[in-house]
Amino acid sequence: MVDNWLYIGLFMIISAFLPAAAITIAGILSPKKPDKIKNSIYECGMETVGETWIQFKAQYYVYALVFLVFDIESVFLYPWAMAYGQLSLFAVVEAIIFILILLGGLFYAWRKGALEWI
Amino acid sequence: MNFLSDPVPFLTNWLNGLLAGWGLPTVLVHLISYVIGGGILATGAMLLVLFLIWLERKLIGRIQDRLGPNRVGPYGLFQTLADMLKIFIKEHITPEGADKVPYELGPVLSVAAVLMVWAVLPFASSTRGTDLSVGLLFIFAVGSIGELAVILAGWGSNNKYALLGAFRAVALLISYSIPMLIVLLVPVMFAGSLSLNDLVLKQTVWYIVLAPVPALIFFISSVAEVGRSPFDLTEAESEIVSGFNIEYSGLKFGMFYVADFLHAFTISLIFSTIFLGGWRGPGAVQIPILGFVYYLIKTSVVYFLVVLMRGTLPRLRIDQMNNINWKFLTPFSLISVMVFALAAKAFPGSLRGHVLVLLSANALILALMLWAMNWFSAHRKRPVVVSHRRHEIVPNKDVSA
Repeated sequence: MVDNWLYIGLFMIISAFLPAAAITIAGILSPKKPDKIKNSIYECGMETVGETWIQFKAQYYVYALVFLVFDIESVFLYPWAMAYGQLSLFAVVEAIIFILILLGGLFYAWRKGALEWI
Repeated sequence: MNFLSDPVPFLTNWLNGLLAGWGLPTVLVHLISYVIGGGILATGAMLLVLFLIWLERKLIGRIQDRLGPNRVGPYGLFQTLADMLKIFIKEHITPEGADKVPYELGPVLSVAAVLMVWAVLPFASSTRGTDLSVGLLFIFAVGSIGELAVILAGWGSNNKYALLGAFRAVALLISYSIPMLIVLLVPVMFAGSLSLNDLVLKQTVWYIVLAPVPALIFFISSVAEVGRSPFDLTEAESEIVSGFNIEYSGLKFGMFYVADFLHAFTISLIFSTIFLGGWRGPGAVQIPILGFVYYLIKTSVVYFLVVLMRGTLPRLRIDQMNNINWKFLTPFSLISVMVFALAAKAFPGSLRGHVLVLLSANALILALMLWAMNWFSAHRKRPVVVSHRRHEIVPNKDVSA
């Protein structure tokens, strides 16, 4: 078990190291001639105006909230699915009631217009 | 153990024996063989991308009645190698005022997120990176790092288009991981395990036979998760010039493409592991290398479907893509989990009866999906923007005077 996670940890380091090494080598090999205009921020034919890092639209926040609800729900449901083989019909019905409540929540969010792309 | 029938464990054992023979402690032997094995696996995956890009260009070319790359090397095989060399010596232009740390981390993390999935995939009965007991959850956890890379790249670039592109990309990508997560409850229910190797071992009947509708939902949402056509809203030339990667150049930009192509192949690998029986096939347990071949064939079929989708289907609009996820795939993934949980529990019995019950459950969900699709297209209100009033052009008196 510890061995598995050791491998995962090493693999994480390797998989981050490979692209990083490639970019570093390319950075050494490639020409470096920066100038003021080349490094300016891309915009459609004009100088960029104002700050980039601004407050963003609240709709993204709503998406994140709905996402979070379902993400946590699936974390609750995965242990149930793992133990599904040993469960009685009653436990299955309980889980179905849980899912139905969440489905109700989804339809509520739908009616409230939280799922519209604006 | 025979080298020809089972090469990887053979080599691992040989290496372990060699290192132990030098008098190294067991921990160090394990560590070194892990680093070498992982290094070979990750490097192999990265090099595979060169071939995948060639394959995809060739296939798309044929779909569009072109030849595709055919000049560099036999059948144009070295085309991507030439492209890679070119992109290697391109200048790295960093926009002024960029936030350095996220800007540099973006391309690295986007490749790393895809590569890490390869650590838990079972390639043959004896060959895999590692058999993690929570492999399926690990895949999702690692997949969400890819979304983190997108937002880091968009935020770090100090470019408004990049930021807008990153916002909508992440909003869509996290949405599409929901039906994927929920619908995979069905195979987990059948197998009773989250380990990918167990999922393969339990598939005496392929899960796509037992659960075609969940497989379809998973396939659609995983293609959307990769962010390629017809779901390529993460990059939109006409709307947000390019997307989150606009300020990148040289190999940093190339890394996003490596991640994209590798991700497309990786979802095919995941799909064929979970629904198509992975390395299963006649004689795959006795001769593991056969299992590898079966796995490759199944994955190639799925990958071909992904490329075919990209080549033939028109692109969706962003609100359509959002609606498909939240108003179609998510409710139906929840419904299918409920229906399968009930059907498999309420009618226990022989395998044949079981399959029949599950197939009729599938048919029920599919009928419901089709009905919902028809109902929505009939009852959808579309705003009709027509101006019946003719605008008169009134000359500006002040100017004419």
